Amino acid sequence: MSATEERVSGNGHVGRRMRRKEDPRLITGRATYVDDMNLLGQLWCAFVRSPEAHAKIVSIDKSGAEARDDVFAVYTGDDLDLASGLPMAWVPPGVEVQTPEHWPLARGEVKHVGDPVAMVVGEDRYAVIDAAEEVLVEYDPLPAVTDPHAALEDGAPLVHESLGTNKIHEWSLGGGDLDAGFAEADVTIERTVVNHRTHGGAIEPRAVLAEDRAGDLTVWSSTQVPHFLRLFLALILNVSEERIRVVAPEVGGGFGSKLQIYGEEVLCAWAARKLARPVKWVETRSESMMAQHHGRDQVATVRIGAKRDGTVTAFHTKIVADMGAYLMLLTPVIPSLGAFVMNGCYKFPAVQTDIVGVFTNKMATDAIRGAGRPEATHMIETCMDQLAAELGLDPLEVRRRNFIPAGEFPYTTALGIVYDSGNYQGTLDKLLEHLDVDAFRREQEELRAKGIHRGIGFSTYTEICGLAPSRVVGPAGVGLQTGLWESAMVRVHITGAVTVYTGTSPHGQGLETSFAQIVADRLGVDPEQVEVLHGDTSTGPQGLGTYGSRSLSVGGEAIARATEKVAAKARAIVAHSLEAAPEDIEVQDGKFIVKGSPDKGMTLAEVAGAAYIPGDQLPPDLEPGLEETAFYDPENFVFPFGAHAAIVDVDVETGKVKVVRYLAVDDCGPAINPMLIDGQLHGGIVHAIGQVLYEQVVYDDTGQLVTGTFVDYALPTAAEVPSFELDRTETPSPTNSLGVKGIGEAGTIGASAAVVNATVDALRPLGVTELQMPLSPMRVWQQIQEAQA
Amino acid sequence: MSATVPVRLEVNGRAHQVDVEPRLLLVHLLRDRLGLTGTHVGCDTSNCGACTVHLDGDAVKSCTVLAAQADGCSVTTIEGMADGATLHPLQEAFWKDHGLQCGYCTPGMIMAAADLLARNPDPTEEEVRHGLEGNLCRCTGYHNIVRAVLDAAEGVRTGRIETPAPTAAGREAGEELAEEGLGA
Ligand code: FES
Ligand code: FES
Repeated sequence: MSATEERVSGNGHVGRRMRRKEDPRLITGRATYVDDMNLLGQLWCAFVRSPEAHAKIVSIDKSGAEARDDVFAVYTGDDLDLASGLPMAWVPPGVEVQTPEHWPLARGEVKHVGDPVAMVVGEDRYAVIDAAEEVLVEYDPLPAVTDPHAALEDGAPLVHESLGTNKIHEWSLGGGDLDAGFAEADVTIERTVVNHRTHGGAIEPRAVLAEDRAGDLTVWSSTQVPHFLRLFLALILNVSEERIRVVAPEVGGGFGSKLQIYGEEVLCAWAARKLARPVKWVETRSESMMAQHHGRDQVATVRIGAKRDGTVTAFHTKIVADMGAYLMLLTPVIPSLGAFVMNGCYKFPAVQTDIVGVFTNKMATDAIRGAGRPEATHMIETCMDQLAAELGLDPLEVRRRNFIPAGEFPYTTALGIVYDSGNYQGTLDKLLEHLDVDAFRREQEELRAKGIHRGIGFSTYTEICGLAPSRVVGPAGVGLQTGLWESAMVRVHITGAVTVYTGTSPHGQGLETSFAQIVADRLGVDPEQVEVLHGDTSTGPQGLGTYGSRSLSVGGEAIARATEKVAAKARAIVAHSLEAAPEDIEVQDGKFIVKGSPDKGMTLAEVAGAAYIPGDQLPPDLEPGLEETAFYDPENFVFPFGAHAAIVDVDVETGKVKVVRYLAVDDCGPAINPMLIDGQLHGGIVHAIGQVLYEQVVYDDTGQLVTGTFVDYALPTAAEVPSFELDRTETPSPTNSLGVKGIGEAGTIGASAAVVNATVDALRPLGVTELQMPLSPMRVWQQIQEAQA
Repeated sequence: MSATVPVRLEVNGRAHQVDVEPRLLLVHLLRDRLGLTGTHVGCDTSNCGACTVHLDGDAVKSCTVLAAQADGCSVTTIEGMADGATLHPLQEAFWKDHGLQCGYCTPGMIMAAADLLARNPDPTEEEVRHGLEGNLCRCTGYHNIVRAVLDAAEGVRTGRIETPAPTAAGREAGEELAEEGLGA
């Protein structure tokens, strides 16, 4: 049976644009984010952070701060009695990864601006910040290194003297015969592709509140991974895991920046235990810019071999990844995630990615929306345009000639990755139904005559998500020291109300709604009576959190499976009560009915009554109660895909680029709630537009952070972006019974190349053939001047 | 700790008298002292607009106003926008149009949009986009926020509500919430 046939829609909620169950609390100001909570006896803390990029700590004088009446304690690295430092979870078999110690408070040396040096705990939000300024730290500055290529040179200052090198690791993934591919090529092009450093930009800064009552530790944190946080708190604080409860209440956006085990989380918990008082910390935006992990920061050299007709014969990428000063939870593995889809949506017969990780005196990088795949897609999709230009071919034609045909799925790429399903030609064709390229070209000519430089650019992407099959990414595979399954528990109450516990930890995705839709259809109830609980380690089974576009395809499938178990028991009860065969019972219009006789049936409330108040209706071989748990470990990843087109205007006098129109046709399988898919795409695309045009984390040569606030780090506003024209195709994934793929990162992954390609297209008549992000007015203007010179 | 100053102000229709540090920001008075946590903080440079409230009817960034400056003023927060169980048209439109995801920017967006509609009840898309320039959202890409504001404006024009500012009953509802919040 195909995935489509297995879709259950007996109640009609799956596929509906249902408005969100989470919204009433959010639009009335009654939601509870961490900073909305205060506990009796609560203390506040603030951190003293390094103003130096690299320095020895000569001395720390806490006396001024300690002397204050409103200060309870001042801690430095030497005061901490932790069982271990902060975690890094990747041990790739056969690859050596230089992993330095990483303590929540620096010991002996600071390695980047913002590295925490001391923690001040006191009575009030403002007072601890004053007190932190009274902690006097004497630094002996050391030479800093901020350029990853310079860091690899002999004699470069070492970020970690004890490691003897700034090179973190080398990691490669390849398949097919690369040499033969290049030998066979009629043309070979080589391009440098820079993917600059960015910030996650969640509008809610991080916040932590920790309380220890008689050895039971509760930590509320603005995190995407409450279960991981509990595990690592247990290990680092040496507290038995069952004595720890971690809650991610309302979380104001993550985008990967809260997929982390941060020192501040550990320290609040540690201090709460030490002081036997609740301890709270709320990050300021300036702290967030310097001390939330950053993303991207890769320089790639891409070499493509191709036939004259545009058929690619070899694709080789060398990536130098600037990973900053420490390895955090997933820092070194991020570029590898991109390597898995370096085939793009193409039949490249030989592909290789070689990655070098490098330490610099900057904040660590880690997962930010897309995590490795936006970088890979940007390389592939800008270079496909470069190849087309080199060959004098239409960039869409070059793509078409290399597409994996729709009939060849599941398709095993040169890298041995099995793409589950796809129809790349289909999304592109549909995109072109909405966009008349010939008409655009005529308009472009006319506008040029008037001095308006308009360009069009495309990107056809696929990405790898639904993290992840444990067998592939776990210790025996890629080397992550975890499984990546997901759990679900579905509990029907006596009244027929339903509570669903998911191990995912949504923070804006709308899963309370989409998950309720899935459950409602299978149990014949209204989604309004299905409550989805998440983000609390004391409810429901062990879970793994929300990231990697995994929540629906892994977490949702776990829910579908747990619900199916409940439904099976319900069918048995109904069949027994109505004297029918269980296989003849189905859900229709809010009831379990006997097929063909819709008047004979039971509501879920009636079934629950029979299950909880055992009488004649409960078959003698069944246990009472109506709840089930499922753990689901996917067999494969899922591979959403799409075709995007950006139209931009460039002001050649100022270099300013504006996206005037954006169209996208994406495919993430059958929609559970199309409204949520569109929302994810809008946000994802703007995240990419932000990176291409406005956002960049900048450090100067001495390692000072230049973009320390939202004044210097420019997130796009409503005025800078257009409305979007979206459409979809639905190609089910055979990986899960829902047929679904992830969509949280796809927009970000697909969009950046389209915008860059459009800008190059606009400026080609001026001689500009290539552009690197960020397309700041200054850079674009300079490129125009250079091309004209 | 520095000496405190007395501040009298009305929040969502309810009168308050509080003694505050002179440097206390209005947003922290609302959140930490009055328990009105719907108003958020997203930055320290007056860029994000998560803290937007109405001060004597005008949208202000409450992270940029001292509590002491609000002495004698009337403040409306997101908690004061609904009319009992009836949502404000902007709240309704944000819900219907999926104008929010994580919801962190949302109260500020709604307060800024209410101010925009009060000044310009019939804005174009361009005007809405420029009108909301002071409010950052990382989740929605603004598309549905803009639609929600245009939809709410449509409702205003067709007479669904008389004014984009809170109704009298909305003030009352806010008053109740403020009272509950006091215990927090
Ligand atoms: S918190 Fe007020 S503008 Fe950001
Ligand atoms: S909804 Fe998350 S920041 Fe706007």
